[in-house]
Amino acid sequence: MAQPWNEFRDPSIARSLREEIRSIELDRPATLMEVCGGQTHTIYKYRLREMLPPSVRLVSGPGCPVCVTPISYIDQAVHLAGIPDVDLFTFGDLLRVPGTHLNLEQARARGGKVHVVYSPRTALEYARSHPKSQVVFLGIGFETTIPSFALALREAIDHQVGNFSVLLSAKRVPPVLEALLAGDAPLDGFITPGHVTSILGSEVYSRLTLRYRVPMVVGGFEPVDLLVAIRDLLLLLARGESVSGNAYPRAVKPEGNPKARRLIEDIFVPRHEELRGLGTIPDAGYGLREEFTGYDAARRFPFDGLESREPRGCRCGQVLTGSIEPSGCPLFGKACTPDHPIGACMVSSEGTCNAAFLHGESP
Amino acid sequence: MNASPAADSRLDETIRLGHGSGGRLSRELLDGLILPALGPAGPGQMDDGAIFSPPPGDLVFTTDSHVVTPLEFPGGDLGTLCVSGTVNDLAVMGARPLALSLGLILEEGLPMDTLRRILESVGRTASASGVRILCGDTKVVERGKGDGIFVNTAGIGHRIHRLEASRIRPGDAVVVSGNIGDHGFALLTQRKGFPLESPLRSDAAPLFDLIHRLCEKVPVRWMRDPTRGGVATALCELCQSQPWSVTLTENSLPLDPAVRGISEILGLDPLYSANEGKFLAVLPAASVDAALEILRSHELGGNAARIGTITEDHPGKLLVATDFGNARVMGMLASDPLPRIC
Repeated sequence: MAQPWNEFRDPSIARSLREEIRSIELDRPATLMEVCGGQTHTIYKYRLREMLPPSVRLVSGPGCPVCVTPISYIDQAVHLAGIPDVDLFTFGDLLRVPGTHLNLEQARARGGKVHVVYSPRTALEYARSHPKSQVVFLGIGFETTIPSFALALREAIDHQVGNFSVLLSAKRVPPVLEALLAGDAPLDGFITPGHVTSILGSEVYSRLTLRYRVPMVVGGFEPVDLLVAIRDLLLLLARGESVSGNAYPRAVKPEGNPKARRLIEDIFVPRHEELRGLGTIPDAGYGLREEFTGYDAARRFPFDGLESREPRGCRCGQVLTGSIEPSGCPLFGKACTPDHPIGACMVSSEGTCNAAFLHGESP
Repeated sequence: MNASPAADSRLDETIRLGHGSGGRLSRELLDGLILPALGPAGPGQMDDGAIFSPPPGDLVFTTDSHVVTPLEFPGGDLGTLCVSGTVNDLAVMGARPLALSLGLILEEGLPMDTLRRILESVGRTASASGVRILCGDTKVVERGKGDGIFVNTAGIGHRIHRLEASRIRPGDAVVVSGNIGDHGFALLTQRKGFPLESPLRSDAAPLFDLIHRLCEKVPVRWMRDPTRGGVATALCELCQSQPWSVTLTENSLPLDPAVRGISEILGLDPLYSANEGKFLAVLPAASVDAALEILRSHELGGNAARIGTITEDHPGKLLVATDFGNARVMGMLASDPLPRIC
C-alpha cells in the first residue's frame, strides 16, 4: 500500500535515531519543550517519550491556540452569540471550550447563530450576501492562521464590507517563548513549531538563543521529524552551543514566507496579549492597525469580562507552561474528559490533556 | 429512472404543507410521485398496515433515522443511505432482510425533483437488496423546521446465520470488508466552505449479498457495520466487558489515499469516521484466506483486509499496534470530530 509519509514514519530510521540519541553524552539531565500541540499529539501517539533515555525529559508547551486563549474571550464570544443580529463564525476547535457559564455549542442550542467554518473567507462571503446580519469571525490562532485572517480583512476593507468584523485572539510565538525563558521553568531546549516557523523563517529564534543561551530546533510533525529535532537539540547541548537549528527543512526556509508576513503587517500591529497560564505578555498578540479598528468586533460590541473566571480546580495554566503533566491535575481523566471537558486543554485536538487522554494510557 | 420529472402535471414544483394533510394533496403526492418513484420495491396494498407471512425461525427487527446533509453526495444520496443502513443492520445480525417501512418527514419548499430522485434511489437500493417497502408514512413540517427530508426506516429480517460476540475466541482474526472511513470523509469534503477537494465517494451500499456469501462458506463469529463512530467505536463496544482485547495493526488498515491525506491535514482519525457500505467480521484465523478470497471477488469487498486479532493481553481494551513496535489504547469517539485549526 502506498504510504506517502512512509519515510518519516519508518521504524528502522526511528530505531537508529533512538540509538544515536542514547549515545549522546550529556553532563546533566535535559528538559526539552515541544512548543506545538500537533507535535505533542505525535509524541503521545507514537509514544516517543518511551524511546528516550531517562535523562531526557519532554514537556509540552503553549502551542495550542485554543488552550492559551483566556476564558474571558470565550465569554465574550458567548455574549456575541446572544445578540440577535449577530452571526458568529468559528473554527470547530472552539465550539466546546468551556466559558464561565456556557460554551459556544450550548449558546447555539439556546438559539445563538454559531457557524463552524474552515476559513474566514466563508464568513466574509456570508457577510456580503447577508447585509442585514452582523458577521463576526472568531480569529484565534498563531502565525500559521493569522495570514488567513489578514486576507479576509484585506478583502473586507477593500470592498468596504461594513457588517464584517473579527474578534481577535491572535498570538505570536517568539514573545511567548521569551516569556517562558524569562520565567523560572527549567527548560534546556525547544522544539519550535514547524508550521509557524514556515511563516516566520528559521532565523527568527536567533535573538532568543543568544540572549537566553538555549538551543532551539525547528521540528516537524511526524515521528522521525521529531526524533531528528530531539537528536539535534541534544547534540547542541552536548557541545554547549546555544544556536537555532532546523530539523524540518522540507517545509521551513531560513527566510520563511515574506509574503504572508507582509500580509500580516499590512493589517495588524503587535499588542500586549493575555494568555492562559502565562498572564499578559508584551507584544505576544496582534491587534488591528489604528485605521482598521472599525473591523474589530471587541470595539463594535463592548464587553467587560468582569465575571469571567477559570473553572475551579483546573490546572490548564500549569499544563500549558510545562510545569505539570496532565496527570498532575486532580481533574484529569476523572471530572475532566473529552466527553465532559472542564479545561480547554482537554477539548482541543491540539491540547496536551486531550493527547494524554487519547493516546497516553499505557496498554 | 422512469417518467420524466413532470409525469404528473397536477403536482406542484415543491412540497407544501397540504401534502402532509392526509387529504387529496397527500393522495396526489403518493400516487403521482412516491409510488411511481419506489417502483416494484414499493407496497402493493394501501391499508393501514401491511400483512406478510414470515418464514419459521427467529426474526430480527431494527430501526434507523437519517438526517444527512447534503441530501445528495458523491456516491449516493439519502435514499441509498436510508435503505442500506437498515438492510446492513439486519445483515450483520445474520438476517436476510424481508420488509422495510419508510417514514418521511418533508420540509415545506422541498423541490419535488429532489424528492423524486431520492425515492428512486430508495426503490433501486431496496430492489438490489431483495427487500420490499411494505408500509410508509409522510408528514410535512413548516419551512425552517426540517432539513429538506428526514427519513426513518424500520426493517424486519429472518435470521439465517448465528453471529454472536460470545463465540469469539482469542486468536481469532478481525477483517474489514474494504477501505475505512470513505463515507465520513466524502461527506466532510462536501460541506460548504471545505478547503479541500477530493475524488472521494460515499461507500453507501446494501451488504446482504456479500455477507450471505461469506457466511455460507466461512464460520464467521460476529459482525458489525461500523457506521457513526467508525471502526474504533464499534470495536471498543465489542471488547468492553469481554475477557479479551482487540489489537489492530496500524499499517494494515486499508485507506483510500485521499482519506489518508485529509486525515493527516485535519488531524481526523479515519478509525473514527463513518462507513455505510463496510462491515467488520471476526472469524477463525484459519479462515482468513478463504474469507478474503470471497470478499475480494465481490464488487463491494475489493479492498477487504485483515486488520487485527483478538488478543488476551489487557482485556476489554482496543489496542493499535504501531510500526514503532509499541501500542496505544483507543477509546470510543467522544463527540463529533472537530478539525484542528493551526
